[in-house]
Amino acid sequence: MTAFLQSTFNGLVSGAFYALLALGLAVIFGMLRVVNFAHGAFYMLGAFGAYVLLAEAGVPFWVALAVVPLALALLGMALERAFIHRLTRLDPLYNFLLTFGLTLILQDLVKLRYGVQSSPYEVPAGLRGSVDFGLFDFPTYRVFILGFAVAVCVGVWWALARTRVGMVVRAATERPELTRALGINVGRWITPVFGFGIALAGLAGVLAAPMRAVNPLMGADLIIVVFAVVVIGGLGSIFGSVAAGFGIGMVQAWAEAYLSAFPIVAQTIVFIVMAAVLLWRPAGLFGRAEAPA
Amino acid sequence: MVMRRTVGLVAAATATALVVAGCGGGGPQSDGDEKVTGGAIVLGVLNDQSGAYSELSGRNSVTAVELAIADFQAKYGDRAVTTDISVRSADHQNKPDLANSKAQEMYDRQGVDLILDVPTSSAALRVADVAQEKRRLYFNISAATTDLTGKSCNKYTFHYAYDTYMLANGTGRTTTEQVGRNWYILYPNYAFGQDMEKSFSAAIADAGGRVVGKDGAPFPNTSGDYSSYLLKAATLDPKPDVLGTMQAGAELVNVVKQYNEFALRDKGVGLAVGLMFITDIHSLTPAALAGTTYTDAWYWNFDQQNREFADRFQQETGTRPSFAHAANYSAATQYLEAVQAAGTDDADEIVAELEGKEVNDVFLRNGKIRAEDHRVIHDAYLAQVKPQSEVTEEWDYVRILDTIPAEEAFRAPSPDCTL
Repeated sequence: MTAFLQSTFNGLVSGAFYALLALGLAVIFGMLRVVNFAHGAFYMLGAFGAYVLLAEAGVPFWVALAVVPLALALLGMALERAFIHRLTRLDPLYNFLLTFGLTLILQDLVKLRYGVQSSPYEVPAGLRGSVDFGLFDFPTYRVFILGFAVAVCVGVWWALARTRVGMVVRAATERPELTRALGINVGRWITPVFGFGIALAGLAGVLAAPMRAVNPLMGADLIIVVFAVVVIGGLGSIFGSVAAGFGIGMVQAWAEAYLSAFPIVAQTIVFIVMAAVLLWRPAGLFGRAEAPA
Repeated sequence: MVMRRTVGLVAAATATALVVAGCGGGGPQSDGDEKVTGGAIVLGVLNDQSGAYSELSGRNSVTAVELAIADFQAKYGDRAVTTDISVRSADHQNKPDLANSKAQEMYDRQGVDLILDVPTSSAALRVADVAQEKRRLYFNISAATTDLTGKSCNKYTFHYAYDTYMLANGTGRTTTEQVGRNWYILYPNYAFGQDMEKSFSAAIADAGGRVVGKDGAPFPNTSGDYSSYLLKAATLDPKPDVLGTMQAGAELVNVVKQYNEFALRDKGVGLAVGLMFITDIHSLTPAALAGTTYTDAWYWNFDQQNREFADRFQQETGTRPSFAHAANYSAATQYLEAVQAAGTDDADEIVAELEGKEVNDVFLRNGKIRAEDHRVIHDAYLAQVKPQSEVTEEWDYVRILDTIPAEEAFRAPSPDCTL
């Protein structure tokens, strides 16, 4: 039982990263119809941002947690205005290729300056040690990540459900033409929403720095799983992306804990789940099938 | 057709060399009998120059080979068999197919006499095939597989710095004897990791230890999370004394960061690492790894001779050399010495010159180039990462606990190998 709870907890922590990244992807896809392949690169920039601030300027983790996502949001908005925006009228494949190209450029720029060897980043002083839960103890930093990610997801949900901006975003995501027809200026919100999605990726990156290897390729592997998570949750479904993020994290942890005799299962479980979900519900768990024309 | 083209190329290269030699007033190669092909020796460094292994070897190994050439030229001056020695390099991106085509290009089109380095076992084996087919020399440095001197061995391939047997034998045996008998082994589930797990399990059993648990983690591990395995390690019965991780590069960094997060050392589970380079310690910081034991093929601050080389290397590159850098330097040096001694760059004559040769240089201590399987054996070292408080100089992160004599450090020639 203890072992089960522990691995569930671990799954939720991995899931927290998936959820933050998938949420950003879902918001961006919903608003812009852009599959942002560069999301993993922004996650990596988030972690590097935290590292660079600490190593070059002595800026602590807590400040980085606020500053880095903001800076990345600005960078994201600039890129959206400069490039992505120009291609949104064309086939989605163009932006897919554009963001893939951006990924390669960002990765190589970081490589050029910092090399491929991982850069050191320690758990912030206040979050070392572990918390005793009676049955088991758990690293404090992981408890913090989980709490923080859940708070962010709830905050985003609240903003979408209760604020005017949120309503516009939801309306534009689900019925873009109708929303425009009602005289709502959707275009005004596109750039900030893109920036917001990027900020979430950056935030996940900062959170990852103390527990994951900080190197230029750290986002490249992760993003593939996150795409699978988004597909499982339902493309464009905001709730689906978060639920699938946490869910996949747990499934992966259980597979590692209980199927360790078959490492190949733990390795491919995400894609097995994805294939099963697509067969059963082609639009994903929480996605809505395209209305027939 | 191919034959014709090759002949044409050789003719063109020879003509060029003659013209160049003529302009320079004649070198040792202009006296008529063509001992060195085209009058020039070309060394080719084929390795990862942009990916996961580019720091531990990469471009800095090209610099190491350049240092070897400079030293050779300074030593022999006008007596050198040729003065025209150059380096070519290429990035194989750890892809076997790319390694294969780059190796062919080096031998066929760039006139490379010797290919050096080639990390990533699968890529290394493909290059060994090319070397055999083209009858040109190949010194592998950075790949770990014992197949290079086992079932895939061939006359033109030499394996230089280390292999999975050396790592397992050093770390597995000594850690069992000195730290604890019970092991939990965590390995990346692909050829290298599986090979390492088998070698370690054998070495641990030989030393009277016991593997109480082992798990193959996904490779690549996309979640970056190892907590399931780390938690399991602490709950096994009997409790393991040592966690042996076979992960490398960024995955090793993930394992170690999370090992520290779960405070396994405080719970009595020590850490042994299958394969680690000084560059890994530098990026993880010695504090994160303090007390970890591993087997090193060479350490830059082991003695004065190593340190002098490390100082020169640092002047050129800005960092201290890993064992792969030192081994590339040594391999290039030994090849050039063999060419000088044989008076030719003919591959078969160089092989004859090298086989059975006993060598001592900055990298090879009590070194011997075995004739049976072309394994280059030498002393290896059991190293332990110092606690942060004892680190007084950047890059000086380990102390050498033990020197493993060359004959014991490597396995006996494998019956699978027929040259």
